[in-house]
Amino acid sequence: MAGGREIKTKIKSVQNTRKVTRALEMVSASKIRKAQDRMRASRPYARLMRQLIGHIQQANTEFSHPFLTARDEVRRVGYIIVSSDRGLCGGLNSTLFRKLLAEMRQWQAQGVAVDVVCIGQKATAFFRRLKVDMLGSVTHLGERPQLEQLIGVMTVMLDGFSEGRLDRVFLAYNDFVNTMVQRSTVDQLLPLPPGEALGHGHEWDYLYEPDAETVLGQVLTRYVESLVYQAVLENLASEHAARMVAMKAASDNASKLIDTLNLSYNKARQAAITQEISEIVGGAAAV
Amino acid sequence: MTTIRCDIVSAEDEIFHGNATLVVATGEMGELGIAPRHAPLITRLKPGYVRVVGENGEEQEFYVSGGILEVQPQVVSVLADTAIRAKDLDEAAARHAKDEAEKALANRGEGMDVAEAQARLAEAMAQLQALERLRKNLKH
Repeated sequence: MAGGREIKTKIKSVQNTRKVTRALEMVSASKIRKAQDRMRASRPYARLMRQLIGHIQQANTEFSHPFLTARDEVRRVGYIIVSSDRGLCGGLNSTLFRKLLAEMRQWQAQGVAVDVVCIGQKATAFFRRLKVDMLGSVTHLGERPQLEQLIGVMTVMLDGFSEGRLDRVFLAYNDFVNTMVQRSTVDQLLPLPPGEALGHGHEWDYLYEPDAETVLGQVLTRYVESLVYQAVLENLASEHAARMVAMKAASDNASKLIDTLNLSYNKARQAAITQEISEIVGGAAAV
Repeated sequence: MTTIRCDIVSAEDEIFHGNATLVVATGEMGELGIAPRHAPLITRLKPGYVRVVGENGEEQEFYVSGGILEVQPQVVSVLADTAIRAKDLDEAAARHAKDEAEKALANRGEGMDVAEAQARLAEAMAQLQALERLRKNLKH
């Protein structure tokens, strides 16, 4: 039986692989739900923040915060890159990195330096090999990322911007559209793009404690932080969705491979039987 | 009895929303009691409790580790921080993030140009696409 046993072993190993990919697929399918719930839970905060910023700006048109003022000259830009900790999620991370590299190349061509901070193992591993300045990194956020874990990397960037070392800060992540579609997105974080002008109703202003500038500063910082946090959640949901799809494809491929292997196993077996019979017949005829 | 809408949210979760007759919180300049038709106000909050008195006099307390309280004619919003925040704590976190980055950079081997990385990534993507095509052709 030529190669019969080898084929059997191969079938076994593909079956084992399929077990793993199936399991990963199911794990991701259940995690998507939770990730989406968390995404939704964090939205009201950002919405209230936006309203608040709108109100303050409307009431105090005279003063502006550095986070809201565009700078003419750009010498150094920063990227906050959100990625996953683990692989096996299709082209999710590489598509985003490719987009980023194209942008970074353009900046460098214009003589603008690029700084990055990385969230997630994949980005850290990828960008550390690049000749760009990595200012900060945080990995292993787990299934329930907390804003607290992100404070470090965000502070690095926000301080860099406030102190004038960075002229623009971007946020790169995978936007969760639905289970099948995740969009690699690069948004400008700072200076904040001007919001839609609110209709001027009757003039009113808040009482500020301690004063308008301090409050506005804190509100803007928290708002930017919530945007980053939201991006991390979106990316997490995207990661699970991408992994589910990738693992489903892998399981399907494994099934197809097993079918083909089974077919060749049966063929090999049949060939061996035929040969044996013809040998017997030949032997009998010779007697 | 007049009531005022009260929303308490943090970046991670919606903590409370409902009607209240009184909201008590610890502002930066002292304790505040917000009743319906309070003047518009914004204040920073100190870590402490936010007490909400409901329509039927029932009380609920929530702990916030700082944040912002906003009062509008119809709404009180508490935008709570999820962690105790202070300048030195934030700076410590930033230092930690920098250390992590340096640790990652310590064993990076030879640096790669952006262009080089881009080329490698494109190559990998092309390989993937070729595999995909191969698989499709095999199917037929």
